[in-house]
Amino acid sequence: MVLLTFLLFDFSAAQQQTHVFQGAEILPVSGDPIPNGVLVVKNGKIESVGPEGSVSVPSGAVVINVSGKVIMPGLVDPHSHIGEGDGGDRSAAMHPDVRIMDTIDPRSDTFKKALAGGITSVNVMPGSGHLMSGQTVYLKLRPANTVEEMLLYVDEENEIYGGLKMANGTNSIRQPPFPGTRAKSAAMIRSLYLKAQQYHEKIKDAEGDPSKMPERDLGMETLIEVLEGKRIVHNHTHRHDDILTAIRLSQEFGYRMVLHHVSEGWKVADEIAEAGVKASIITLDSPGGKMEAVDLAYRTGAVMEEAGVDFGYHTDDGITDSRLFLRSAAFGMREGMSREKALESLTIANARMMDIEDRTGSLDPGKDADFIILSGDPFSVYTKVEQTWVEGEKVYDYSDPKDKKYATGGYDVFRGSGYGHHDHEGGK
Amino acid sequence: MNKFKYLCALILSVTLLSLQANAQIAVKGNTVHTISGNTITNGVVLVKDGKIERVGSADRVRIPNGYTTYEADVVTPGLIDVHSVVGLAGIFNQEHDQDQLETSDAIQSDLRALDAYNAREELVIFLREKGITTVHTGHGPGAVVSGQTMIVKTAGETIQEALVDSVTALAITLGSGISNEFSKPGTRAKAVSMLRQELIKAREYAEKRASDDESKRPARNLQMEALADMLEGKIHALVTAHKASDIMTALRLQEEFGFSLWLDGAAEAYLLTDKIKEAGVPVIVHPTMIRTRGDAQNASFETAGMLHKAGIPVLFQSGFEGYVPKTRVVLFEAGIAVANGMDANAALEALTLDAAKILGIENRVGSIERGKDADLVLFDGDPFEYTTKATHVIIDGRVVKE
Repeated sequence: MVLLTFLLFDFSAAQQQTHVFQGAEILPVSGDPIPNGVLVVKNGKIESVGPEGSVSVPSGAVVINVSGKVIMPGLVDPHSHIGEGDGGDRSAAMHPDVRIMDTIDPRSDTFKKALAGGITSVNVMPGSGHLMSGQTVYLKLRPANTVEEMLLYVDEENEIYGGLKMANGTNSIRQPPFPGTRAKSAAMIRSLYLKAQQYHEKIKDAEGDPSKMPERDLGMETLIEVLEGKRIVHNHTHRHDDILTAIRLSQEFGYRMVLHHVSEGWKVADEIAEAGVKASIITLDSPGGKMEAVDLAYRTGAVMEEAGVDFGYHTDDGITDSRLFLRSAAFGMREGMSREKALESLTIANARMMDIEDRTGSLDPGKDADFIILSGDPFSVYTKVEQTWVEGEKVYDYSDPKDKKYATGGYDVFRGSGYGHHDHEGGK
Repeated sequence: MNKFKYLCALILSVTLLSLQANAQIAVKGNTVHTISGNTITNGVVLVKDGKIERVGSADRVRIPNGYTTYEADVVTPGLIDVHSVVGLAGIFNQEHDQDQLETSDAIQSDLRALDAYNAREELVIFLREKGITTVHTGHGPGAVVSGQTMIVKTAGETIQEALVDSVTALAITLGSGISNEFSKPGTRAKAVSMLRQELIKAREYAEKRASDDESKRPARNLQMEALADMLEGKIHALVTAHKASDIMTALRLQEEFGFSLWLDGAAEAYLLTDKIKEAGVPVIVHPTMIRTRGDAQNASFETAGMLHKAGIPVLFQSGFEGYVPKTRVVLFEAGIAVANGMDANAALEALTLDAAKILGIENRVGSIERGKDADLVLFDGDPFEYTTKATHVIIDGRVVKE
C-alpha cells in the first residue's frame, strides 16, 4: 500500500512538473516540421510547441536538451490484440454484447512491447473469426493496475470507450451457427441491424415510459450506439468485393465504419474514397497466407493517398510486431507514399478512426502530452524509440535496461505475449 | 511450311535466344560491395555470357561497346537465403499448396525436395524481386526428420533450370515444434530416442553399403541412403532447435554421430555461446522478427549480433511461418539484426559469401569476382533501409527484374 501510494504520488508529481524539450526536430504532424523546436509540457498536456525563440519557457520548468533527436506524437494503433483479452466464443457468429474490456490484463508485458514501439494509444480488438466478435476498447498506455485506469473515453456520458469489431470474407465462414457463404454473412448482419432498428423504434416510442420500454438487451443496446454514430464499426476485410460489401451494409444502416486490413484496397481505392469511409492498412512482409490476401501489396498506401482516402496503418499485433509499427508506414513510402502521409498514417489519421483526434495524434497546445523521442528519422531501420511519454509522464526509456529489454526481447522477457488469435485459421 | 522457311525460322529463333543469353551487361555503382575484395567506390561490373567478366573502379574498367549499362547507388552480389521453404510451401494456406511437411510419419528422410518444388511459385518470384537470387529450400520444420533440402536459383521455369544442388541437408526438428499429427513422438525425449535409433540403423547400413563384397551390401533403401549420406558427411544435418536444452541435445547428437551440424533457429543460442563455439557449428539464426512464442518465446533482436561478436558463424534465414507472412525476406531480417547491434558488413557477408561457403557453392556465387555467376542486385540506397528498393536483379547474367 505504501508502495502504491508512492507510485501514484510519483505519477501525479511527474504530471504536474513542467517539462521543456529543447533542440530536437519536432514533427507536430498537424504542421510543418520544426528543425530546432521547443516543446513545453504542463499538467499532462502540451502547453506550447514552436521554433526556438518563439516559445516562452516557464520558470521552474525542467529543461531537457534533446538536440539531434526527433520528437513526434505518440503513435496511435487502431487495431491491435495486445493485453491478452478475448471476445465472443463459438456459440454464435455475432456478439455485440461482449466487451473485451472485461478481459484485459493491465500488467501484460504486451503493453511494454507497444510502448517500446512508441505506441501510446491503441484500439484493442477482440479476436478474429466472427461476423461480430465484440466491443473493442480504446486504451491510453498509462501505467495502471486496473483496466479502468487505461480507458480512453470518447463519450463519458454514454460510457463509450471503444468500437465494434466486425468482419467479412472468409474470416467468419465456418460450421453453423456461423455462416457458410459470403451472402449468408451479409444476410445475417443485415437481419441483426434490422432487429436493432426495430428495438430502437420501441425505445423511441416508449418516450421514456418505463412500462413501454423493451426488455434490456446488451447486444441491441450496443448496436443502437452504432446506429446513432456514437460507436464506430471496425470491419476486418481483405478482398475487393468484400470491401464493397462492407461499405454497402454501412450505407444501408448508416453506421460509421473503418475498413481494416484492406489487402486489396488498391483495387477499389476510388470507391472507398467516394464512400468517404476510412481505411486501415496492414503491412505484411509478403503477400498470401489466406487466399483473400494474396494480392496484398506495399503500394496500397500510395494508391490510397492518390485516391484521397483517409487512411492509416495498424499492427494487428501479434500479426505484426508493435515494436516495428514505424516500419509499416515506411514500407508504404518505399512504394511512393509521401512522407507527410506516412507520419499522419501512424498518428492523427488513426486518432480520427477512434474519435480521439481532439486528445492525441498531433503535437498541438491543449492536447494530451503523448509523444516519442526518436534517435533519428522515423522511417529509418536504424532509428530507435528512445523515450515514450504518455500524458506528460515518461513511461518508457531505452537507456534503462529494465525498459530496453522490451525493445529487443531475450530470456524471460515476453511471458504473456504468446498471442495468436489467427492460429485456428492457419494452414498446416 | 517448306523446309527453307522452317530453316530460316529456326536460325532466327536460335539467334534471338543466343542474343538474349549473351547480352553483355555493365553495371555502374556508387558503391560496389564485392564481398571477396574491397568495397569499390564508383565501381563497374562487367557481365559476359552469364558470368562476371571484370570488376573494378570506373576509372580503370572501361565499358566496351555494345554493353547495356545499368546504374545503381549500391551493388551487391545476389543475396542467399540459407533456410527457406519457398517452392514447397506455396502462397496459399491450403492443403494443396503446402508441401513442406508430410505428416504420415515422423521420420521421412527419403523425401526429395526437387520432386515438390514449384519453380513458378509466386513467392519465389517475390523473393527474387527483393534481391534473393539463391535459396536453400526444401522440407520444413515440424517432423523428427521431415525430408531433404536442396539449393536453387530463384530464376528458371523448371526445377532443372533452377537447381544448384539436389540434396543438401536433412531437415530435423527438436523441441515442441514437432507436429502433433504424428502418433509419435509425443515428448522431446521420445523424439530423440526415435532419431538415435534410426541413426544407429543408418550407421549399420552405411557400413554394409561400404562393403567390398557386393553380396554383403544391403538392398537399396531410400530412407537409409539419405541418413547414411548424412552420417558420412555427404549431406548436412539442418537441426531446428530453439530452447537451450534442445540446442544442447543437437550438440550431443552431433558428438555421438559425428554428422555435419547446422544449428537452425536457436532462439536461446545466446545462453550457450561458449558451447556452440567449442562445437564449431554455424548458426542459421531464426528470422530476427520471429514471433516471441512457443519454443522461440525468448528470441531476441540482438542474437545475430551477439553470436557474431562471440566468433560464431551466423547466417540468415527466412524460415517457415504457418500463417503469415508466407515468406520472410532475409534482407529485412538482416536489417533488423544490424539495427540491433550486428556489424553491417558482417551482415552483408552473412547474406552472400558466408552463406555460399556454408552451402558449399562459393565457387559459383556469393561475391562479385571474375568467373563467378553473374548474380547481382542493384539498390537505390542502403540495402538495409526500409525505404530502399532493389531496382534491378540479375541472375546468371540475365536481368530478371527491371
